[in-house]
Amino acid sequence: MQELRDILGPTLFYYAFSPAIKIAVVVFVGVLPLISYLVLAERKILGFIQVRTGPNRVGPWGLFQPIADIMKLLVKEDVIPNKAVKWAFVLAPCLVVGPAFVIFAVIPFGPSAAQTGGGLDYFITDVNIGVLFVVALATIGVYGIIIGGWSSNSKFSLLGGLRSAAQMISYEVPQGFSLVIPLLMAGTMSLQGIVGAQLEQGRWFLFAFFPFGLIAFMIYLIAGVAESNRNPFDLPEAESELVAGFHTEYTGMRFALFFLGEYANMIVISAVAVTLFLGGWARPFPNVEALSFLDASFLPAGLVGVLWFSLKLSVFLFVYIWFRGTFPRYRFDQLMDLGWKWLIPLSLVTLFAVGLWKVLLL
Amino acid sequence: MANYIPILVFVLVAIGFLIVSLMAARIFRHGGKGGTNADPYECGNEADSLAHDHRFSIRYYLIAVLFVIFDVETIFLFPWAVMFDRLALFGFIEMMVFLAILVVGYVYVWNRGALDWA
Repeated sequence: MQELRDILGPTLFYYAFSPAIKIAVVVFVGVLPLISYLVLAERKILGFIQVRTGPNRVGPWGLFQPIADIMKLLVKEDVIPNKAVKWAFVLAPCLVVGPAFVIFAVIPFGPSAAQTGGGLDYFITDVNIGVLFVVALATIGVYGIIIGGWSSNSKFSLLGGLRSAAQMISYEVPQGFSLVIPLLMAGTMSLQGIVGAQLEQGRWFLFAFFPFGLIAFMIYLIAGVAESNRNPFDLPEAESELVAGFHTEYTGMRFALFFLGEYANMIVISAVAVTLFLGGWARPFPNVEALSFLDASFLPAGLVGVLWFSLKLSVFLFVYIWFRGTFPRYRFDQLMDLGWKWLIPLSLVTLFAVGLWKVLLL
Repeated sequence: MANYIPILVFVLVAIGFLIVSLMAARIFRHGGKGGTNADPYECGNEADSLAHDHRFSIRYYLIAVLFVIFDVETIFLFPWAVMFDRLALFGFIEMMVFLAILVVGYVYVWNRGALDWA
């Protein structure tokens, strides 16, 4: 280790080599297995909701199902439609997956080295424009979807892509407004800093400036579900009218990449919600001494942070699946009405109220 | 600036992952049948026209234009929120005037029916 540090020099070691290891851990131990088993969990939970068993043939309780799925997708025939715009058709799935992955670089999974007194930061990097970085990269996914829908040169794909683009950009506006509210409360855009501010103020931003924190959180949640094209806002791929929407023409690995992107986006949106509104890696009620047993001090402090983060994250992912099992799909005009005529005015009013409250406190 | 190097590394990892997964698929998949299999999907019928031959609703374009206006607004709000304590009352009033102008436009657009889909 020491030799490597000498060869690379401290800058390169701390900023490139050590993050490279963390990235490998996050992607190959964290995100990819999480996505594969999220698919299984979704099918299992949907099965439970609909009073059936869900996948249970491959391995005990269907635990090897994700592996079988991946192998199936790898050997599937790769169809590029003869009327498609080929370079765009190939590029589109990459544009959906790549940015969704890179966002994980700024998600604070656990405390920093300074906070635990250990030598390890439990996140990959922390930039002072964190929230902006997340929003900017999340937007690139829209390009992937509309390019995929357009380049297939199939009517279903084109309609799905157009719908999806209209839906995602519509809900980005209330989502952006609702993200401003935790920023107002924290006074910083660094995601690690926002968790720190919640620790310092001793409350989750969900409960701050009651009930406005809660309203902002609800707006973010609704917009987040719409952004990731999930039920009840899954119009872009509404199977009963558009076959499969923007990915009608995709098969095999390219289809798998679209799928991967959708689930990665779900995880990213949940992770941002946890960080901004639910205290990130901090335990519940961080200021209440009586609950300090929740810190589980027999474990390394950083690890406990990661555990709390994962727990909160899984609650969100469950809610996503629960939504899918519960709500019927919106009609497209209802969807646009909800975004433009309800969520935008509501988020503007919330923004005004929190600003006024803060001015009065000054 | 050094904080951004890990992001660069992550971008490289993401590109690598995409290349490796698509290459793996290229090795393992079985070949395409070609012919009608690669025709645009039209529920089994032969497509009488291509998607690119048709026009699409102007409303999608309108939504995109409106989005640009509102999103630029959001970009202004981010730095304002971060600097809120230092800008204090002046910053608050300033931003509310800015938002009021936006709301006027929003009400106008709503009245003209740009937000009605049906």
